[in-house]
Amino acid sequence: MKGVIRVAKSVVRDHGQKLNVRELIQEKKRTKSITNTTEKLIPKILFGIAAISVFTTIGIVLTLLTETIAFFKDVPFIDFFTGTKLRPLGENAVFGVLPLLTGTLISTVIAMLVAIPVGLMTAIFLSEYASEKTRRFLKPILEILAGIPTIVYGFFAFTFVTPLLRSFIPGLEPTNILSPGIVMGIMIIPMVASLSEDAMSSVPNAMREGALALGATKLEVTWKVVIPAAISGIIASFVLGISRAIGETMIVAIASGSSKNFTFDVTQSMQTMTAYIVEVTGGEAAAGTTLYYSLYAVAMTLFVFTLIMNLVAQYISRKFREEY
Amino acid sequence: MKYVDSTQVQKKMGSRLLANNLAKGLFLLATLFGLIVLVVLIYRVLKDGLPWINMDFLMNRLSTDPERAGIWGAITGTLWLMVVVAPVTMLLGIGTAIYLEEYATKGRISSFIKTNISNLAGVPSVVFGILGLTVFARALDLGSVVLAGGLTMALLVLPVVVVASQEAIRAVPQFLREASYGMGATKWQTIKNVVLPAALPGILTGVILALSRAIGETAPLVVIGIPALLIPIPDGIFDKFTILPVQIYYWTIDSALVAEYANLAAATIVILLLVLFVMNSIAILIRNKFQKRY
Repeated sequence: MKGVIRVAKSVVRDHGQKLNVRELIQEKKRTKSITNTTEKLIPKILFGIAAISVFTTIGIVLTLLTETIAFFKDVPFIDFFTGTKLRPLGENAVFGVLPLLTGTLISTVIAMLVAIPVGLMTAIFLSEYASEKTRRFLKPILEILAGIPTIVYGFFAFTFVTPLLRSFIPGLEPTNILSPGIVMGIMIIPMVASLSEDAMSSVPNAMREGALALGATKLEVTWKVVIPAAISGIIASFVLGISRAIGETMIVAIASGSSKNFTFDVTQSMQTMTAYIVEVTGGEAAAGTTLYYSLYAVAMTLFVFTLIMNLVAQYISRKFREEY
Repeated sequence: MKYVDSTQVQKKMGSRLLANNLAKGLFLLATLFGLIVLVVLIYRVLKDGLPWINMDFLMNRLSTDPERAGIWGAITGTLWLMVVVAPVTMLLGIGTAIYLEEYATKGRISSFIKTNISNLAGVPSVVFGILGLTVFARALDLGSVVLAGGLTMALLVLPVVVVASQEAIRAVPQFLREASYGMGATKWQTIKNVVLPAALPGILTGVILALSRAIGETAPLVVIGIPALLIPIPDGIFDKFTILPVQIYYWTIDSALVAEYANLAAATIVILLLVLFVMNSIAILIRNKFQKRY
């Protein structure tokens, strides 16, 4: 009864004239069925959209996989992973990935030698020593540093850091792995610093105060209480930093040259996996050639490396997260 | 009975406090290192690039002659790229976030999608370039045009929008939704009329940050095969194009041949950083101004 009155009122208000009840019911049914279909359709559409990210991953894996399989028909698996010579162009091309792996490894090690100590110390300073005012001044600077495009860091490495280093190290080549490694480390500092700082800030104050009350200095509190408590987050930040260094492209593509040397001498030009991809696609690698397929084999190797690193980081921060 | 030997404590206290102060200085120095690098970097870029920036530099086309070269092509290319990236990444990112926050039941599928997105965020950008080259440029036969580059870039920055939108939607308090349901609204009506407007500032911040990431990203587009040659100014999404970072890349590696190219690269970097600075300021402004606290 109430419902009818309400409908009747709304009819009077909406149309200014009375309608037949049967027509009213029809109209109500119609609008309701439209709303019902929208309600049912929208979740499905949204699920489809959400699934696209999954398809992207599948797409990446599938494209890499099929072409990589084609590559290993031309080049034996063992030769690829144990070959110390990479000469992709010309007659009797040789495809050994070790020069690229050492290049990637060395640039990553150099980057982390810069990023881990500086990043961790920055995190300690911001989380334990800095006043609120200093923190508010310093954090945005780190954010700016993190937001600078990698191409700009590449330019910086090539036109500033390399000439600077060459005045100290006489044997340094114009393109070398040392300078991009260092600059890559600088690029990663904000990431290590902010993730480690998050981990350290979430250590409850009661733990610090307990140690301080026992007469510990701030350094001792940091070293023996805060860092052990936050260690999982700190290590996860290192692992993510390593993954970032492995995948970084433009800095090494510009500043480390394209010599496919199998060497551990950091003053020399070396190529990383990412720089190889840029070089080969920049040239004209005709589809179907071994050179073209090698692109995918290298990209697959790179993808697997970074995927493992990212999964490890997620696992560490989830598994060893201490709840207080 | 004495638990603490106070003379012993006194004797050691000095060195412990000294160690603490030394460490504090060291930590401060490490923190300032980032600041110093930033200052040096900006100083270098301004010193090399600023004298080259004028109207001609902005409005001229590419040229092999450094005196006549300009970045108009790269500027229009960047704009056209945004025309593709912005709608695609907004649709995909916000849609995914709404699904995950409002519709997905906590279960295997939604946690799989979440893991997948955080993994996608860690995939090197050059691998996205390979995906774009294979799927968009070659399999769909688009070639290295704006559309192919834009779709690749949209997928690359997707995680940024998803995560930001998720956080924004999660921050909308439950009582707003309940009030809407109480008024007889359906779920989608509630999302459309209540949740999304309330979450809009957070979502917009995420979108702007994603776009600024897309503007600065170089590797995927180099892989897709943007030509280093002098190309006509793009007119639409099916034209070949170049963008500012790619221009910087080619000028930097060619600066070994022509020294002035380093100045051109620096000048382009000034413009690029200016654009990014403006975009990030807008994002921060939106975040501070419109983000309501309930």
